[in-house]
Parts: sequence; structure tokens; C-alpha cells
Amino acid sequence: MTIPTDPLSELASWGCTWKQGGGSYWAALQDKSPREISQAMLAQGARFITITAAEPAESTGVIRLDYHWDLKGKVFTLTFFTKDKAIDSIYEICEAANWIEREIHEYFALDFNGRTCEPLFLRQGQPAGLHLREEDE
Amino acid sequence: MKYNVPMGPYHPALEEPYKLDLVCERERVKDSSLRIGFNFRGIEKLAESRNYVQVIALMERVCGICSNIHTLSICQAMESIAGIEPPERAQYIRVIMAELERLHSHVLWAGVAGKLMGFKTMFMSCFALREKVMDVLEAISGNRVNYAMNRIGGVTRDLDDPAAILRMVKELEREMTRTVIPVFTTNRTALSRCEGVGILTHERALACGVVGPTARASGVPQDLRRDAPYAAYGQFEFHVPVETAGDVKARLVVRALEIIESCSILRQALSKLPSGPIHPSEDEVEFPSGTAISRVEAPRGEVMYCVSWEEKSETPARVHVRTPTYANMPAIRWMVQGARLADTPLIQASIDPCYSCTDR
Repeated sequence: MTIPTDPLSELASWGCTWKQGGGSYWAALQDKSPREISQAMLAQGARFITITAAEPAESTGVIRLDYHWDLKGKVFTLTFFTKDKAIDSIYEICEAANWIEREIHEYFALDFNGRTCEPLFLRQGQPAGLHLREEDE
Repeated sequence: MKYNVPMGPYHPALEEPYKLDLVCERERVKDSSLRIGFNFRGIEKLAESRNYVQVIALMERVCGICSNIHTLSICQAMESIAGIEPPERAQYIRVIMAELERLHSHVLWAGVAGKLMGFKTMFMSCFALREKVMDVLEAISGNRVNYAMNRIGGVTRDLDDPAAILRMVKELEREMTRTVIPVFTTNRTALSRCEGVGILTHERALACGVVGPTARASGVPQDLRRDAPYAAYGQFEFHVPVETAGDVKARLVVRALEIIESCSILRQALSKLPSGPIHPSEDEVEFPSGTAISRVEAPRGEVMYCVSWEEKSETPARVHVRTPTYANMPAIRWMVQGARLADTPLIQASIDPCYSCTDR
């Protein structure tokens, strides 16, 4: 399988290099915002799949966000790390990201700049951060 | 005059709990909003405390209809991290199980759709057909809901009687082409309830990122079995049915035609089933640190698992599941806009929603 560079020329011009493995092409572009990357992916005709959020081991307070896109049957994952509990929302440009941003807010107490995260699984007034709680909390 | 109608979370038209708040004017729906979370179990968090055997059993319980597809997805992701390639026979058995699951899911949905149309005879016919598929699934796995067929590196049980599956496939195909498809596509009662109802336009389908039959009924020709083949799907020839009307009828037709295609895949898989082992001889699995993604085409569309593992850990660091209904449900808002209030139960059912999957 070869990396389809042509459809992703804009990302390549930003210095984005892809690594293949684990069922996806992976890249990290820390000087760009998720919104800029998402705009570029949408412009190429990519389909938004989802965002996977996780708290990496031994990195207190850092949340890792993997934005997964499908382009011509291949998965492209763009990774971002955030320390300040907030990141730009892509909901305004990508309707499909609505629920997953709300879910991540509830799981990791992460705010998405530019939108209000209404309750998805939690009920009104319940505190966010389900995945950050200890077992006895 | 505008008025609000709450549908759910517990309602006779819903198989599982969720809430659709409808804003109506006269008999027409003007707008709506969705509430989910009534089945929320925190399965993703729970998965972080299960080892590689337990986590398969846990993820099988994400869904009661397509339980097998969830174990297939997580096994594929874990195999990718551990660098394990299942034997060829196991890959074929995985396809056979996945297609049998698709058959029972699609026939069940056709029955539910029949019931919601007020077409009880079709409901009974479809459920009688589904029983035949369930009998085969039970004969293969010993179970009717959670089959426990997938394990890391292959499958847990071999196929003892491929001829019995072929007999069922033949019978199902005959009944589908003789009764179910003609009735759903030509019967006046069925057409009056489905044609031009609950339209999801092609543009809106792309914007919402819908998947599976819901996408294919709106002219989006995606199917992971063809576009990104997994297990043994690359070995088979099949057609991906696509309709362009985007209405309830289109979603119904796509699923009906997919039943025929599933029968074709099953016939090919059973006739070419290679001999050999069904899993590796070694039971111990070592995981290096890594993250892997696995995608499969479930009956309702794409399921994606993202699994992370830290070396020497007994449990996964993270398991994230994106189910098809999670992608399809927000589109209901657009499907019901402008529809008759009385059609909303059928419209929401036309995406074949699974709320348990969605809530996890």
C-alpha cells in the first residue's frame, strides 16, 4: 500500500509527514489547529469518522486527540495534544463532529472553543470528566 | 399553532430508549432534537480494566444484534498491535459469521419495518425467516446472541456442517426474492408509507457523515467490505447496492438487496472454505506499546475501534468505539423535518438504530 500523497498535497505543503501502521496513516501537526486541518481534509473530500481522546500514561493533564478521517477507503489520523483543557471545535465546519466533541467533553472535561457542549450521556448539571475519575469516586 | 410532542425515552414505537423532541405545526414536524444516554454503561472505561480475553467478552455486549462484529473489530485491532495474522480458514469463518449476522439483522429490521407500517403479516414472515438464520448461528456457535466466536488470532469454533448453512441460504434467498422484496417494492400499503418519506439528501448525508445502508440509500457508495477489505472479503465478488432517492423506501431496498448479496458471499465463502487451523497454537499474547485502528462493515454501517496498549500492561490503555448508529442518528433530525407526525416512528426506525451501541 502506498501513501496517496496527491489528494493530501495541502497537508504535505505544511510539512506533514505520514507514518503508516496499525490500520492508519498517522501525522501530527502541532503548529496547526484542528480546524485548519479539518478544512483541508474536507476540501480533499475526506469523510470525518470520529475523534479518539485519551490521557497518555505519565503525562498528567495532557489529553491526546486523534482525528480520524476516511479518504478513498484509507484512514488518516491527525494527532493533537492539549495541556490547557481546551481545543478548537470543528463542529461549525464539520457537522458530523457534533456528538463526539460533546462526548469527549463529558469524558475528559475538555472544552471545545467556539461552541457549547450540551449534555450527551450525562444529565444536566452532572460534572464532566468521567474518564478522569478514580475507581472509588 | 406550534406544539411539542415528546417521543420517548420510553415509547411503543421505540425498540430501545431515546428521546426525540418534536416541534410540530398541524400534522407536520417543523424541527426536532435528540437525547441519548439512557443506556449509558461506560463500557469504554470498563474496558481499561479488562485483560485481552475479558475485553473481547465485554465488547461483545456493546450490541445485542451485531455482537459478533464488535468482537471481530477489537480482535483485529489487538492482532494489529501484537502482529498476529489469523489463519486463512479463520478469516473465512469470520466472513461467514459476519454475513450471517448481517442476514439476521436485516431480516429483523424488515420485520420491524413491517410492524411499524401496520403490516403484521410481513412482520411474522420476516421473523420466521430470521429464526432460520438464528438456528444456523446457534448450530455454529452454541449461542443465539453473543456467539463468542472471535479470539485473538482467529476463531474459537470450526464449521462442522457447511451444507446446513447452504440450505438455509437457498431458502432465505428464495423467500426474499419471492415474497419480501416484491411486497416491499410493489405493495400499495408499503409504498404509501415509504416512498418519498423521511428523505435524507445526498448532500446532507455527506455532511452528517452517515454510514452503511443509510448512506448507500442516499447515493453514497461506501462499503468497507469492498473499499477497505478485511478478513477474507478481498476473495469474494459482490455488488454494493446504492439507491439515490434517500427515502425510507430506498433504505428498505438497499437492505433487501444486501440480503441477496450476503447470500452470494456466503455461497462463495462456503464453497471455497480452505482447510487448516482456525487459530494459532500459542495462547499467550505479548503486546508492545502501540495504537491500532480496525474498521468493519456492520449491518448498520462502519464500526471503528481504536485500541491503545502499553507494553507489559495486562489491560488496554484505551478502547474507543465509534458505532454506525452514532454516525447515523443525528441525521434523523433532517429526515423528520417536514414529515407527517405519524411517519416519524417509521422514519427513525429506517436507519435501523441501535441505541445500546450508541450509548455504550
